[in-house]
Amino acid sequence: MTTKILDLPDVSFVLPGNRSCAGCGIGIALRQITAALEGRMVMTVPASCLTVLGGMFPIASVNVPWVNVAFPSTAAAASGIAAGLRATGRAGEMTVLAMAGDGGTGDIGIQALSGAAERNEDFIYLCYDNEAYMNTGTQRSGLTPAGARTTTTWSGKRENPKDLPRIMEAHGVPYVASTSAAFPADVYDKVAKARGITGLRYIHMNTPCPSGWGFDPKDTVRLGKLAVDTGLVVLYEVENGVFRLTGRSASLAKTGRPRVPVSEYLATQTRFRGMKPDAIQAVQAWVDDRWVRYVARDAGACD
Amino acid sequence: MSEQVSVMTGNEAAANAARLARVQVIAAYPITPQSPVVEQLAAWVESGELPAEFVAVESEHSAMTVCIGASTVGARTFTATSSNGLAYMTEQVWWAPGARLPIVMCVVNRAMAAPWNVLNDQQDSMSVRDAGWVQLFCRDNQEILDTTVQAYRIAERLHVPVMVCYDGFLLSHTMMPVAVPAPEQIDAFLPPFTEPFTVVDPGDPHNIGPVVMAEPRADETGATRGGYMEIRALHHRALLDALAVIPETDAEYASVVGRSWGGLTWEHLLDDAEVVLVAAGSLGTQLTVTAEQLRAEGVKAGVLGIRAYRPFPVEALRHKLAGRRLALVFDKALSYGYEGPICSDLRGAMLGADGAPAVFGAVCGLGGRDVSPEDLAEAARRALADLDAGARTRETDWINLHLEGRA
Repeated sequence: MTTKILDLPDVSFVLPGNRSCAGCGIGIALRQITAALEGRMVMTVPASCLTVLGGMFPIASVNVPWVNVAFPSTAAAASGIAAGLRATGRAGEMTVLAMAGDGGTGDIGIQALSGAAERNEDFIYLCYDNEAYMNTGTQRSGLTPAGARTTTTWSGKRENPKDLPRIMEAHGVPYVASTSAAFPADVYDKVAKARGITGLRYIHMNTPCPSGWGFDPKDTVRLGKLAVDTGLVVLYEVENGVFRLTGRSASLAKTGRPRVPVSEYLATQTRFRGMKPDAIQAVQAWVDDRWVRYVARDAGACD
Repeated sequence: MSEQVSVMTGNEAAANAARLARVQVIAAYPITPQSPVVEQLAAWVESGELPAEFVAVESEHSAMTVCIGASTVGARTFTATSSNGLAYMTEQVWWAPGARLPIVMCVVNRAMAAPWNVLNDQQDSMSVRDAGWVQLFCRDNQEILDTTVQAYRIAERLHVPVMVCYDGFLLSHTMMPVAVPAPEQIDAFLPPFTEPFTVVDPGDPHNIGPVVMAEPRADETGATRGGYMEIRALHHRALLDALAVIPETDAEYASVVGRSWGGLTWEHLLDDAEVVLVAAGSLGTQLTVTAEQLRAEGVKAGVLGIRAYRPFPVEALRHKLAGRRLALVFDKALSYGYEGPICSDLRGAMLGADGAPAVFGAVCGLGGRDVSPEDLAEAARRALADLDAGARTRETDWINLHLEGRA
């Protein structure tokens, strides 16, 4: 099922006037995520940008049940909420959605997430990956890309990001997907599909961040799309171990259209300013190597 | 519909209490000496004897988090831990009371590392005494069972979590006869948990535990709602309310099951005692032997046991200790650079009270160091000699310490 953007439901559980930054990718995507679950959900959220979006007591900006939890604990909290709903006979009333950033998921939260994935707990875990600790002022995370300047990598991060969706795949969970906040219909479809699956469903969402990445808030969607066109961000899903490219990444692979050089993407953001040509070349080589493997997996090759 | 007496360990008594309380979600991670509690519960869940969710988490941090999540949606939850396990979950040990969740946790008291030591002292639970939990200490296996059941009633009335503390190995692995109430008796005492503090319902959405500012703010109707300090003050008030609720609960339990544990404190030979030996946990049981021994020597000794450590029963202690010569506090924990925590708290409580006794402290049993009733009696004799020599305060007495040789 592929939903067209004009066919997305005209409902919103995200109220106007929330506290996210102008151009924040989370705000765009959260509308589709909550709509795909038709609001019949409870979300659990660690300390993060999303906490800020949710509002300050006693005002809330999202019209679904929302349970704030400590930074490392999102997946364990979702496990507990799911267990509590089963134990009280309410499991059928709502989908449990855990939603955390890249640091909250791949760094401090990875232990609880790995445990929950190994137990195949029954919830959707959505990581909004804005590629650094944005809520605390843009410190590097394990998912910050090489070359990015952050407030703890002043001359640019040296290491490539860890591949979190693949780590989750290695747990053997029934559904893993990679999406982007720049493609609301892709986000919607993947959450809607995940809703119908039992067990731990992991969705990784690239989420452009104007303030942390250094670009004009009007360009959030444009940059998110550009990232996919370079192959830096790849849209795909792995359903019961079967990999397939989706949306724009699938059409890129199918048409054989040349991918946009990563240098064009890097040039759009101040965080990559001053990156040396050899560092840019290293990122390009890293992306090319990964892209070849994604396309081969899409064609049925084992990886 | 009557009790069955079985010989069991303290850990089995705790597991039986959780079963009788009809807990709905159990989450735990193994650590010595707590592990048998959750092994037993896992077996009952697997066999269907206990219709509950058992979540075998990957850490203590997640054990408390699972309880937080499940309790938030209204399930009755249980966990247990010890020592470094409690330290590892500390972030969530603060979260649970802040979120006003009526979680019950058994803390099987064990020494803190480093260096490694799996034996008993009370440093672990003392280190989180300020987190906002009710802390109850048990002196034997029967009290572990009865207190753990009572803990749910206290927690769910006040919307605060309760820690049931009992000494590792000394109680956790020691067999004693324990009367196990019939399920109908406990059902009559403990109604199902139906009034959670929080509502999780898509038809009535709430943002639970969001950022709260320092100052009160207006809600969407314009009504003023409290800031962080108001929320904290209400939490503190709930702990103070526990000073009444703990004895009430004990009395209700006694009316159904027929056993009472004395509420906030308990006592032995206290009536005419001039020297009062004070402790929490199984050390108090040992002190009853010590008091009898001292009485045989002509010293009017008695025991005042701390059952509720938080809230700290200031008024009860002032009342019980008024007119005595000496309160000698035995701590199995230490605030490094100061003294034993119960000793400090008791001295603070006595300050300015009419007829307050001198308060002396002793530290013993750290890391399972053996301490006999005679060791305790000798400490009491030393304290009395100091008092007779005119001391009103003195340094902490370390019992059975052998600093000669290299550590």
